[in-house]
Amino acid sequence: MTAAIQSQPDERVAKKGLTDRLVVRPEIGALLGAVLVFVFFSVVTGQFLSPLGVATWLDDSSTLGIMAVVVALLMVGGEFDLSAGVMTASTSLVTAILATQAGWNVWLALLASLVFALGVGAFNGWLVMKTGLPSFIVTLGSFLALQGLNLGVTRLVTNTVQVSGMRSTSGYESAGGLFASTFTIGGTEFQSSIVWWIVVTAIAAWLLVRTRFGNWIFAVGGSQVSARSVGVPVVRTKILLFMGTALGAWLVGSINILRFASVQANQGIGLEFQYIIAAVIGGCLLTGGFGSAVGAAIGALIFGMARQGIVFAQWNSDWFMLFLGVMLLAAVLVNNAFRRRAERVRR
Amino acid sequence: MSLLEVKDIGKTYGSVIALRDVSTVVNAGEVTCVLGDNGAGKSTLIKILAGVHQHDRGEFLVEGEPVKFASPREALDHGIATVYQDLAVVPLMSVWRNFFLGSEPTTGFGPFKMLDRKKGRETTKKALSDMGIDLRDVEQPVGTLSGGERQCVAIARAVYFGAKVLILDEPTAALGVKQAGVVLKYVAQARDRGLGVVLITHNPHHAYPVADRFLLLKRGAALGHYEKSEIDINELTRQMAGGAELEALEHELRQVEKA
Repeated sequence: MTAAIQSQPDERVAKKGLTDRLVVRPEIGALLGAVLVFVFFSVVTGQFLSPLGVATWLDDSSTLGIMAVVVALLMVGGEFDLSAGVMTASTSLVTAILATQAGWNVWLALLASLVFALGVGAFNGWLVMKTGLPSFIVTLGSFLALQGLNLGVTRLVTNTVQVSGMRSTSGYESAGGLFASTFTIGGTEFQSSIVWWIVVTAIAAWLLVRTRFGNWIFAVGGSQVSARSVGVPVVRTKILLFMGTALGAWLVGSINILRFASVQANQGIGLEFQYIIAAVIGGCLLTGGFGSAVGAAIGALIFGMARQGIVFAQWNSDWFMLFLGVMLLAAVLVNNAFRRRAERVRR
Repeated sequence: MSLLEVKDIGKTYGSVIALRDVSTVVNAGEVTCVLGDNGAGKSTLIKILAGVHQHDRGEFLVEGEPVKFASPREALDHGIATVYQDLAVVPLMSVWRNFFLGSEPTTGFGPFKMLDRKKGRETTKKALSDMGIDLRDVEQPVGTLSGGERQCVAIARAVYFGAKVLILDEPTAALGVKQAGVVLKYVAQARDRGLGVVLITHNPHHAYPVADRFLLLKRGAALGHYEKSEIDINELTRQMAGGAELEALEHELRQVEKA
């Protein structure tokens, strides 16, 4: 009797068709959108499908994608991080200032900026959990504070608003080889940030659906009180998620500084909303408890394809914002419909 | 020895005395029912038992040992599981993920430890069917279940994870007649499996059939403590409804009518 229950599917559940199974996946809407955007620009412009074109929009999507994925994990966990955009500049600046002004080896400077990033992430998480305030307002504070620090410290140290001269520092070549090299496929150069993007997405996706920690992420985002009452370490889970976002920002900051060898102190401002938009297009609910890492990566891909596609088509880039707005609204409507279906309560 | 025993337990929040001098016992294979109106101190009592709050007077014994829990986790480790009325589950997560939440089965080592999803699904299905709960699909979000089914999932979870004491906070409050009956059936089943059950309710008709012992609370203090043999349902209902107070009110109303 019990063996039958274990091995046989319930006869009351009709074998689900492919469409039924796909509809409940959070990333399906984003995937359809990506295909649509891809086909559209492939038809409209010749450059879009050329190897160089592909390399360009993949490059544009990659750093955005890394951040969208880590922000998606945080959003599934029910929190926001508005300091994520400006953090990518802060980590670049810490690395650059230590390497160019204090003469540190680049690897050591990278380590220092990693510690700095994790510290800020942990502080964000700790403050949110300690005060119980919405993370929106707490990280808005750390966003503004970091923005001020970036400009203030940079001006103090260099008397300008940028730090450059990374190329002459020790360890630049080897560190650059890891974070900002290129690889060639069929004669076209691709940025290694694309590989980082894929690796981060794969790890995040695995973490989210295949591990115990992933189960906790869904739980703390879906219902924090329930999660706590069955013994999920809510505070630890959320602080780790904030630290994860900071880790992603460090990775992107490191890729940027080693690729461009200089950094503007006002870089990264406003990017935090792009990350959130990409995550939402990828199926994340703004209220937490539902979403996907792969979806967020696809959301970033849509972003990159549309942004570069509009350039290839030689349209005014103003149209990009219109596109983005329509895309976001469509995504939110789809997500909302899903949420109602999944959360509907039958008494 | 009793599984749980509280002796003259008390709790104050600042200058508010939420609970004072309440005593009762919970035995294995028996149901202790806590009855009382809103604000009677029911929630304070169960929050102490569940480790959410700490008592500041009296004694709380688990299998004879005095305890004071710092967290719900600690209460769980002592075999005390609490099923809250609406907070029992995460609606957007699937049935099996909810079932194992906080105690997930894993395979693999170190950083590559993964959820054992197959085991999770199969164990959930089996544990639920052992309790006589028959679910169509353990992959469906818990939010798509009815209120009664969700309570049952939470009860089955507590039983599966070896709870010795099961605390149920108003499990039938938001349910229809039939659904409430189903939940009470599982309460009786948990009891017959040898668990001690604390059932909080304000409905004597739900309490009387399954309970062995009744603790009536009013304004933070014990109004009465009865074995089932000492009280019948009419008397229980009368005491719940205010007892002597209600009679006085009736008398007063008759006076008004006469005048």
